[in-house]
Amino acid sequence: METPAIPAPEARSVVPPSLRGVLPLVVALPVLALFQWVLSDAPFATYLLSVVGVNIILAVSLNIVNGMTGQFSIGHAGFMAVGAYISGVMSLSLKDIALSFLPVAASDQVLFVLALLVGGVAAALCGFLVGLPSLRLRGDYLAIVTLGFGEIIRVVVQNTDAFGRALGLSGIPQSSTPAMVYFWVFLTVLVARRITGSSHGRSLWAIREDEVAAEAMGVDTTGYKVRSFVISSFFAGIAGGLFAHFVPIINPGSFTFVKSMEIVVMVVLGGLGSTTGAIVAATFLTLLPEGLRSLFAVLGAEGSLAQKVDQIRMPVYGLLLVVLMLARPQGLFGTKELWDVLPRWIPRKRRGLA
Amino acid sequence: MAQLLQHLINGLAAGTIYALVALGYTMVYGVLKLINFAHGDVMMVGVYMGYATAFALGREMRSSLVGVAIVFAVAMLGCALLGFIIERFAYRPLREKPRLTALITAIGISFALSYGFQLDIGFLPGAAPRAFPEVIAPVEWLVIGDRDVVVWNWQVISFGIAVALMVGLQYLVFRTRFGRAMRAVSWDHRVAALMGIPTDRVIALTFMLSSALAAGAGLLYAIKDTSVSPLMGLYVGLKAFVAAVIGGIGHVPGAVVGGLVLGLVEEFVVGYAASTWRDAVAFGFLILVLLVKPGGLFGRVAAEKV
Repeated sequence: METPAIPAPEARSVVPPSLRGVLPLVVALPVLALFQWVLSDAPFATYLLSVVGVNIILAVSLNIVNGMTGQFSIGHAGFMAVGAYISGVMSLSLKDIALSFLPVAASDQVLFVLALLVGGVAAALCGFLVGLPSLRLRGDYLAIVTLGFGEIIRVVVQNTDAFGRALGLSGIPQSSTPAMVYFWVFLTVLVARRITGSSHGRSLWAIREDEVAAEAMGVDTTGYKVRSFVISSFFAGIAGGLFAHFVPIINPGSFTFVKSMEIVVMVVLGGLGSTTGAIVAATFLTLLPEGLRSLFAVLGAEGSLAQKVDQIRMPVYGLLLVVLMLARPQGLFGTKELWDVLPRWIPRKRRGLA
Repeated sequence: MAQLLQHLINGLAAGTIYALVALGYTMVYGVLKLINFAHGDVMMVGVYMGYATAFALGREMRSSLVGVAIVFAVAMLGCALLGFIIERFAYRPLREKPRLTALITAIGISFALSYGFQLDIGFLPGAAPRAFPEVIAPVEWLVIGDRDVVVWNWQVISFGIAVALMVGLQYLVFRTRFGRAMRAVSWDHRVAALMGIPTDRVIALTFMLSSALAAGAGLLYAIKDTSVSPLMGLYVGLKAFVAAVIGGIGHVPGAVVGGLVLGLVEEFVVGYAASTWRDAVAFGFLILVLLVKPGGLFGRVAAEKV
């Protein structure tokens, strides 16, 4: 990753540098809107696209903690659950309310975003509560505490009437659209990338490489760890909220340890510390079972084998982690980004210091 | 009062099983500074081994004393072998790598075992829990009043076994040559190697010992619960880990006390509050302990050496 040095005069553009990161969105949103329009007749494709998006958000946000800060959280699904349930309950209670000064569709979306934000903030709050005690300790404790947190969330949900207990919540308005999902994907990636390049990100990186040395250099290790935890759980909450608004029902079974592990595998496979790696791995691992399933269905139409894909996925994830650690512990991309790995089709303009 | 006594007995009996599993975590952590995430799943595999052996022995044989001994021996030896294989091929190559890689590997093994055993391909048992055969027939050992307080034989047996194993382990660690080697490796395995201690062998033996302990504890748990399922390792293992942390990880008597405390707390929550909250108790308790006394009840928070 090259951090642009002071831009040469000719590189100056009309867009101030701080806003330059937003530019891709200007391109991406119309494309997504088009996508959504094309896919409106294909509910499964829409669903799959949304799942991929949610998984990207989860993987990229987990990467902030597990990759950049070098901590190891394995309870990401817990934060996702907080976001999903809080925003779901909020949407359910706001179902009949419409903002009178807006058209119905727009008012729905405004309320939806509001619910998402509340869910995200609730998840971030949980991240703060969990992070504060455990982040003062070494990484392996954090792993257990985050795992335990996920379990506590599950038990709390199962014991709360407002959350539908074990049956789950149904009838949440289906406000999630691929455009909305990918807007948040974009936002998550933007934040993650901006963090990497910032001094905040440098501190996280220092903690990852050597916590004692970082502290000796004056990095407020606990503060940075908690902050990265809060940011990460906020986006996990958002992902949960998005998820809750396009699946017919959410129940505690959607947010188990298995889900957390899935996200961990994505991050580790992509490379701890690589945002694009997390994106690629999340996309790949979400589409792979679907691809295999349809492949089996096309090949033999043998129902049992297609069903087994889901079963076999879990042990394979476990073995994948072991093999990765033995053979390529840095994951596919290591800490590099996609564009550092791919061959340069288009030679990049040299910028900055000649 | 009788109710309290009954809860106390049930809690202690459950706690001893947690304590036995926790001992395995503590031993491995002691020598390797690794949280062996797969420990609970090794235990689960051991229980399935015992299950298969008990069936192979038949109804007559398995409830005799010899049969019980065979079931325990097969499970414990099988698990020792499994522990050895895991250490040799998954952990040893990573020993000099950052600790995170070993932790991820351990999580991966745990996942592969607990979900691999849920497949119903070949010899794998499938996801549904199975009834564990009555290896030790439950007998009411002691009945006080009008069945106000009942002590079962397996409760006494598992308590006895746990105490015996703890004393044995304490002896092993502090009174034998092997124990001295273990402590040396735990202190600094590089220096220990320079002093002529076969560190690889010590670590492998520690793994085998802790896995065998886990198998024994798992069988006691299965006898108590009269069921066995692929996910039991995950939950019992996690709770045992919590017990080890409560006691101060790496500390042998601490693991036992932690296990007993956890068993009692869980039992009281189930008895006096609601059984549906049971699974949240252990973790809530863990967070509380880490908040108040991060090193556990007996452990010390060692400053990290640079």
